[in-house]
Amino acid sequence: MSNDLVLRVIGRLLIPFILLFALYVQFHGDFGPGGGFQAGVIIAAGLIFFALTHGVDTARKVVPDWLVETMLASGVLIYAGVGLAGLLFGGNYLDYFVLDHNPVHGQHRGIFWVEVGVATTVSGVMLKIYYMFASRSGSED
Amino acid sequence: MSLAQHLPALQVVLPLISAPLAVLLRRGAVAFAIVTAAAWTAFAIAIALWLQVAADGAISYHIGNWQPPWGIEYRIDRLNSFVLVLVSGIAAVVLPYSRASVEREIPRESHYLFYAMLGLCFTGLLGITITGDAFNLFVFLEISSLSTYVLIALGRDRRALTASYQYLIMGSIGATFIVIAIGLLYLMTGTLNLADMATKLAAIKSTRPVLAALAFFTVGVSLKAAIFPLHQWLPNAYTYAPSAVTALVAATATKVTLYALIRFYFTIFGESMVFKSLPLPEIMLVLSLFAMLVANFVAIFQTNLKRLFAYSSVGQIGYITLGLSFDSVHGLAASIMHLVNHGIAKGGIFLLIGAIVATLTTRQGMPPAPTFDRLAGLAKQMPLTCFGIVIGGFSLIGVPGTAGFITKWHLILAAIEKDQWWLVGAILISSLLAVTYVWRFVEVAYFRAPPAGSAPRGEATYALLIPAYVLIAATIWFGIDTSFTVDTALDAAQLLMHNSR
Repeated sequence: MSNDLVLRVIGRLLIPFILLFALYVQFHGDFGPGGGFQAGVIIAAGLIFFALTHGVDTARKVVPDWLVETMLASGVLIYAGVGLAGLLFGGNYLDYFVLDHNPVHGQHRGIFWVEVGVATTVSGVMLKIYYMFASRSGSED
Repeated sequence: MSLAQHLPALQVVLPLISAPLAVLLRRGAVAFAIVTAAAWTAFAIAIALWLQVAADGAISYHIGNWQPPWGIEYRIDRLNSFVLVLVSGIAAVVLPYSRASVEREIPRESHYLFYAMLGLCFTGLLGITITGDAFNLFVFLEISSLSTYVLIALGRDRRALTASYQYLIMGSIGATFIVIAIGLLYLMTGTLNLADMATKLAAIKSTRPVLAALAFFTVGVSLKAAIFPLHQWLPNAYTYAPSAVTALVAATATKVTLYALIRFYFTIFGESMVFKSLPLPEIMLVLSLFAMLVANFVAIFQTNLKRLFAYSSVGQIGYITLGLSFDSVHGLAASIMHLVNHGIAKGGIFLLIGAIVATLTTRQGMPPAPTFDRLAGLAKQMPLTCFGIVIGGFSLIGVPGTAGFITKWHLILAAIEKDQWWLVGAILISSLLAVTYVWRFVEVAYFRAPPAGSAPRGEATYALLIPAYVLIAATIWFGIDTSFTVDTALDAAQLLMHNSR
């Protein structure tokens, strides 16, 4: 499939829009359907589409394994970090009310960073799963 | 802001953070240091919480500052502060041990992932114990179960994969049943907070969905806790998992799910519904007797030492459910104290078996299975290790002076209190079976000549022996000084029985 010119060109055209749509889903999650999980899956889908059309090895150069592992770990850390920020500002764990002078703005700020964490981890995990399946093509085991 | 006030959250969050940090830093040694530090901090926090609860009563912590029943509440009382000390204590002992054992059993490049999984595993177990929210409990159950599947599959024996898969299937069925039960309860009460659920259930106790929830929950937890006859996954999982994992899982995972069972029976459904209007005590009694007698009997015929003690675990879980079936303060207290008394003894034994496996392993070689023909005459070469296993075995038998005796004593008291003298006989018979399987090890290790042509082997390294001996010493300590185990268990049992009437 990676030699198909039509797919490659269409892929290159579409992937920026897929990633942009992921960002829309990510940031519009406060007001409508969407959020970190869905956005993370869409980001990963865009990158997996690239891997399908250009080959896993090329994809591994763009998004290397260490980056994927960093993503899946740092997302959880961002989420937990928001919780700890609540502690530092004098609230309970995961307390968003204290993250801003205005408690409603605090809630917005808290959920924003939590969703960033979720998107990072989810896209990292999806890519990791894809890489692991793609690299199992009979060479090892 | 005082830090002490946030200990309930930090209890779970610090181990949780240690796992992604271990992945992020990608170095086996660094990952080990971080997760070990998290385990020790968690242990310190658990002790602080236990002291705090003992002094001032239950603690309620509101995650995100949302008041219960809307928000997630962490609620710590006498019962779960006790289990928290067990889980974090075992993790604090197993982690230093794991370094030396993992080096021989797991490929170097995946060490950091192993420690991350270990961190996630005890995060999940601590979370199940501390939370006061039904759905949160399910999420932590999944965190601990999923990481346990991975940890078991990391065993070097190829059969570890099938063992893990078998556990995955059984565990997923169990988890599904538990979430169905929680769903039904949510449907009937409109709340997920355990305390709130309990008050709302009082009016609708004998409705069919609530009874169905009770049935689903009982079966789901029985699968997870390996209550006879749903224990089929356990012997394989314990046998083929890496040594450190076997010790951690055997000492904590089944205990925590049994804690969840006690919590749901006594706090949510209420003792009168579970034990008075349904034939559950009788069913539990029969199954416990089967576990105590059949599983201990099967253990005698095992040729693999790890498998032998895995079957013994099924038997020991029988004692815990036997205590529950009495439906009395003493019986419940015996169950609660046996969570710890059995956890430390079995944890210590599996750590020592791991020390044997590690010592028998040649560099870069496959770790051999600890079968009896390999163990012949071992006591001369590894006297400390074998002696430790025998002491742990004494606790499983219930020899006076060990922690196991204390549980059996209270179980027998509870049986006599109910005028069930024949049960005293059953407990003694199952103890005799335990004597038999421990004797098999003694006979092979102490009285049989080593196999001809085997290389002389030295004692296990201190890195393996010291953590194991901490647990073995604890079984002796809790057999003599029972102020921690018995007093907490009795207190917790009284509170549970009192609140659920």
